[in-house]
Amino acid sequence: MTKLGQWLCGLSLLGSAWAVLALAPPGLRLPAPYRQALLPLPVYLLVAFGCYSLATVGYRLATFNDCEEAAAELQEHIRAAREDLGRRGLRF
Amino acid sequence: MAGGGGDKFSVLLPTYNERENLPLVVWLLARTFRESGNNFEIIIIDDGSPDGTQEIAKQLEKIYGSDKILLRPRPRKLGLGTAYIHGMKHATGNFIVIMDADLSHHVSLYFIKQKEGNFDIVSGTRYKGNGGVYGWDLKRKLISRGANFITQVLLRPGASDLTGSFRLYRKEVLQKLMEKCVSKGYVFQMEMIVRARQLGYTIGEVPISFVDRVYGESKLGGNEIVSFLKGLLTLFATT
Repeated sequence: MTKLGQWLCGLSLLGSAWAVLALAPPGLRLPAPYRQALLPLPVYLLVAFGCYSLATVGYRLATFNDCEEAAAELQEHIRAAREDLGRRGLRF
Repeated sequence: MAGGGGDKFSVLLPTYNERENLPLVVWLLARTFRESGNNFEIIIIDDGSPDGTQEIAKQLEKIYGSDKILLRPRPRKLGLGTAYIHGMKHATGNFIVIMDADLSHHVSLYFIKQKEGNFDIVSGTRYKGNGGVYGWDLKRKLISRGANFITQVLLRPGASDLTGSFRLYRKEVLQKLMEKCVSKGYVFQMEMIVRARQLGYTIGEVPISFVDRVYGESKLGGNEIVSFLKGLLTLFATT
């Protein structure tokens, strides 16, 4: 199954469970407090996911390494390479 | 101590206008392999560069020997995927290294040794360990982390960095993946990892330092972002 397929399956499962529990006809309803909590649940989850995303990306942005040493080392390598290759007859 | 034990590494270097970088990349690779005692060859697949890349490649072949530097050029720009297929036909190693010729990936000994973890694929990552970048402003880092986050959520690929193109593959693994992958350009690199996971191959990760292009310009405009998202959604819907 493709990732899209997995998402659609998962969302329909959760969606129908929510619909059944939160939007049930009068005869089959859960007690009022439960329904009051369930009804806005999808929106809450969306907002929670949004916050999680922002926090995660923010954290990863802040801890994104800067490779000062690697850059310096690379410059050194370039210098050594040009020198060595020049000696071996490479015409740049 | 003689290293490798019979292993040979074939490095595929697709090039287009890399006249400045090519000698430096080849020199670094040759030195790295010599120091680790591994048998190697470098296959340069140039797509008819107008800047004299092939001329420089021929000089390198003279310096290092035609058993170490294999020139397998093509008449014009034909794309990355086909460049790898073309290169693999001529590869005699049992491990294939794929990397950009633009020196943005810092070649290190560590990377070669990591294959000892007996992974089918070893992929460089900028996002873990002491991997990282150099010369990136905040905007570029944000875009990178944001795009990677979306990728992780949608594809759950099992690898932290999908768009890096510094990888080591077992030859038969790469051949199998090349048959299965259909995307173009760098989305193709992403597809390889996703498919590899689906096929049950093991993927090891090594931190790499992504130093910004030494010569030449780096491409990251609005167009790149749009095509990345298109590619990502395609992979989302088809893998």
